[in-house]
Amino acid sequence: MSGKEYRTITDVKGPLVFLEKTEPVAYGEIVQLRLSDGTMKNGQVLDTSDDQVIVQVFEGTASVDRQTGVKFLGDVFRLPVSKGLIGRILDGAGKPRDGGPEIVAEDMADIIGAAINPFSRESPEQFIQTGISAIDACTSLVRGQKLPIFSASGLPHNDIALQIARQAKLVGSDDDFVVVFCAMGITAEEYNFFVHDLERTGALENAALFVNLADDPAVERLITPRLALTAAEYLAFEHDYHVLVIYTDMTNYCESLRQIGAAREEVPGRRGYPGYMYTDLAMLYERAGMVKGKKGSITQFPILTMPGDDITHPIPDLSGYITEGQIVISRELHQKGIYPPINVLPSLSRLMNAGIGEGKTREDHKSVSDQLYAAYAGGRELRGLVAIVGEDALNERDLQLLKFADIFEDQFLRQSRDEDRPIAEGTLDLAWDLLTNIDTKYLVRLDQKWIDKYHPTESKS
Amino acid sequence: MSEESGLIYRISGPVVTAVGISPRMYEVVRVGDEGLMGEVIELHGEQSVIQVYEETSGVKPGEPVIRTGQTLSVKLGPGLLTQIYDGIQRPLEDLEETMGVFITRGVDADGLDLSKKWEFNASVSVGDEVSGGSIIGIVQETETVEHRIMVPPGKSGKVTSIQSGEFDVTTTVCTLEDGTEIAMMQEWPVRTPRPFIQKNAPDVPLITGQRILDFLFPLAKGGTAGIPGPFGAGKTVTQQQLARWSDAQIVVYIGCGERGNEMTEVLTEFPHLMDPNTGKPLMNRTTMIANTSNMPVAAREASVYTGITIAEYFRDMGYDVALMADSTSRWAEAMREISSRLEEMPGEEGYPAYLSSRLAEFYERAGRVQTLGGGDGSVSVIGAVSPPGGDISEPVSQGTLRIVKVFWGLDAGLARQRHFPAINWLSSYSLYPQALDQWYRDNIASDYPEVRTKISSLLQVEAELQEIVQLVGSDALPMDQQLTLEVARMIREFFLQQNAFHDVDTFSQLDLQYEMAKAILTFQEESEKAMAGGAGLEDVVNVPARTDLMRGRFEEGYAERIGELLGKMSKQIAGTMEDN
Repeated sequence: MSGKEYRTITDVKGPLVFLEKTEPVAYGEIVQLRLSDGTMKNGQVLDTSDDQVIVQVFEGTASVDRQTGVKFLGDVFRLPVSKGLIGRILDGAGKPRDGGPEIVAEDMADIIGAAINPFSRESPEQFIQTGISAIDACTSLVRGQKLPIFSASGLPHNDIALQIARQAKLVGSDDDFVVVFCAMGITAEEYNFFVHDLERTGALENAALFVNLADDPAVERLITPRLALTAAEYLAFEHDYHVLVIYTDMTNYCESLRQIGAAREEVPGRRGYPGYMYTDLAMLYERAGMVKGKKGSITQFPILTMPGDDITHPIPDLSGYITEGQIVISRELHQKGIYPPINVLPSLSRLMNAGIGEGKTREDHKSVSDQLYAAYAGGRELRGLVAIVGEDALNERDLQLLKFADIFEDQFLRQSRDEDRPIAEGTLDLAWDLLTNIDTKYLVRLDQKWIDKYHPTESKS
Repeated sequence: MSEESGLIYRISGPVVTAVGISPRMYEVVRVGDEGLMGEVIELHGEQSVIQVYEETSGVKPGEPVIRTGQTLSVKLGPGLLTQIYDGIQRPLEDLEETMGVFITRGVDADGLDLSKKWEFNASVSVGDEVSGGSIIGIVQETETVEHRIMVPPGKSGKVTSIQSGEFDVTTTVCTLEDGTEIAMMQEWPVRTPRPFIQKNAPDVPLITGQRILDFLFPLAKGGTAGIPGPFGAGKTVTQQQLARWSDAQIVVYIGCGERGNEMTEVLTEFPHLMDPNTGKPLMNRTTMIANTSNMPVAAREASVYTGITIAEYFRDMGYDVALMADSTSRWAEAMREISSRLEEMPGEEGYPAYLSSRLAEFYERAGRVQTLGGGDGSVSVIGAVSPPGGDISEPVSQGTLRIVKVFWGLDAGLARQRHFPAINWLSSYSLYPQALDQWYRDNIASDYPEVRTKISSLLQVEAELQEIVQLVGSDALPMDQQLTLEVARMIREFFLQQNAFHDVDTFSQLDLQYEMAKAILTFQEESEKAMAGGAGLEDVVNVPARTDLMRGRFEEGYAERIGELLGKMSKQIAGTMEDN
């Protein structure tokens, strides 16, 4: 394409550069900027017309001046993809960060990606065992799902994500997951924590990392997850891998989105975030799933920190409307010293019903899970009442529920960071043991046939 | 048709500005070298502003824009049912064939299979006088649905030729004396409501098999309902339950800006689900429109119009059609996104100022009508709303609530307690019971409305009592009020809760719903009697037959057994007096 270099910058505003008098430039085209000291920067066309072109500069516009040379590369942003991505660490723009050689491309993939035809999707229904009881029993994960972790600052979401990455497996199959890890604006300390843990367990050799740290350009964060997902799609749909994508922190991504919106003087939506944030997030989250005729799959674990622990904040709110459920980390449980502090009540897995039951986990799973929820929810509600009227005002049923809530948190939720509980003999049997603390006549969510079969003291076998 | 062409001046996401053409508003144009489909949404001096239904990356200023002279239309005729379309009526199956599993762009696909032959049976003869909406013949489109071929609106005259036989949808099957040729397929612009003679008052319920909806907050055939709720409260499950079990003859399901996997679930499941009314696969009566959240936003804006036009077309044949739109908030957001690209002055929360009038226009296309052909048809519209943070004071919820007659308010608190469907019985309402009561008296039971009133007032009383219980505990209440709490708990756990994933419980016939409600009231009466005779609350609550009565709803044949179970319960409750 045209190798012409323009020096027609008129305005620079935040991460945006405005140019005039160019040859026709395509929407979404990649741009190279050459600063007077020879430094190169990259950007992308956000708006194009005969009179003006607006370019978003990924590395930020520091030192850009009116003499900066701007070259349009005639193509959209592409990532060199190959199996060689596994085991590599790249920066937020897709360049090697581990001192290794450039990626030898088997293909150049458009990072925006295309929407999967809903008709071509395969229903996700293979249960993934994470070994964490709270997740396996109550918000079961299936292959091809996107299940975010809604956390907040100061909570151990990273430990949970890593534990999932370490322990996730398909019951009765030895297919391994490849981890694609995408860091957006996290601190070097957090990053080191991830890398060390992945190294310690040997998972690093089976992972591809895309890293944009807190001191890297904010705008670059808008492409980092797209690079990661492009790599994931390539590995899953061209090379049959089962890919687990962990990206953190979505809140930083959305902040960058807002920054660009503000620089373009767009009409803001709620709390200053752009009106198209839902669509933009969907273009990331929807790149999970399984498709007909391909063996691989993409399962996503986005991590986001809820500003002010507020689940109605636009970032968790819009995410929750797109993702297939959420795992909510609770500060209250964390302060009680419970790990993993997962609050199962607002947590949800929409694809759970497809992935559990006979032949997948165990026939009584759904029933047990409903009963755990109901009893725990009842018990927690009673805590509020007891604070006012004291335990004396409670009847027998309520007292049992109250006690159950404590036991549930202490024995069911709580487990160590290395404890990998198998679903049937570990998690579900444990649940039955704990449910013996409640009279069977109060266990209305359990089918009688499961009580007959599995109840430790009432079973007929 | 004038095929004028112009040039692209500017591209900003899905919005493209062209110069050198002067199209009409809402005319369809072809944009760029790849001929991407777009629609004119604003004229501004020499510039025409176009929303493009496909991804615009790589398109440059200076590429051509070509007028088509037509407005955005759908193809209507045999072949609509069992189909799944994107927002602009391209069959997703055809798209898969031409582009593989990922949706790329620049591909055209006809909404109907133009080469497929259908068996057409004429129902008028030469010399008959016909006019717009008259049915001229029948095609058995699926096992359960006969597709009635109609004269397009605006055409009329004497039939000069008509033939039965196997034809494709574009072959002329009938000619009128003025030379009008009528084929099985007709086209209709999506933004224009299809005409009818008059709207009639809805007085027949749309039966959904969902107890809380049918019994407490019923929707009439031809009515409108809104389901607002935060994420995870069960909007989509409720919508899918309605698509499965409502007794409409045709179902149009619009997945508007929602999850891909959800559409897949519907797609894989519907062909295996049987319609309780016909015993045939539900897919036979269903048309689906899927424009998932990551598909182009302009096509999402169009998808609800595509859907409602198809619904109106079946209504015109004299069918009762139910349309589900999940979610109208995503549609509103698409409008907001386009509006902001147009740099329009925003209204509340960045939504365009015309948001509420667009919502009203859409819901107003629902209704029970006398069709042009003289028949009776209806379109019921059920729109899901996804309010940010579950707060319904936002513009889309408010705009919807001003129009719809039924409000099914989903509640995150109930969902968290796993009370499903998580519809709040205190905040929800329906304005139809007045109009429907006569139907219930005639068809279900003469005291149906009274039973309903008793049930809902019990729930009201419970809410008041709960406030006291929160302060002093339930033991502090007098016995009769404690019984009321038990009865209300029974209403909630036995009647209002319904398991959508349970083979039997997922659907309740209307007369069974009535029997169950009566059973609860019987429990109340018998218990009051027994307690007056000295029995304790624990005694009456714990009679084994009550548990059997409640658990029985999960078993086949419950409708036949409920009377017997109820008798047993009454006997055992009466027995508690003697023990004391």
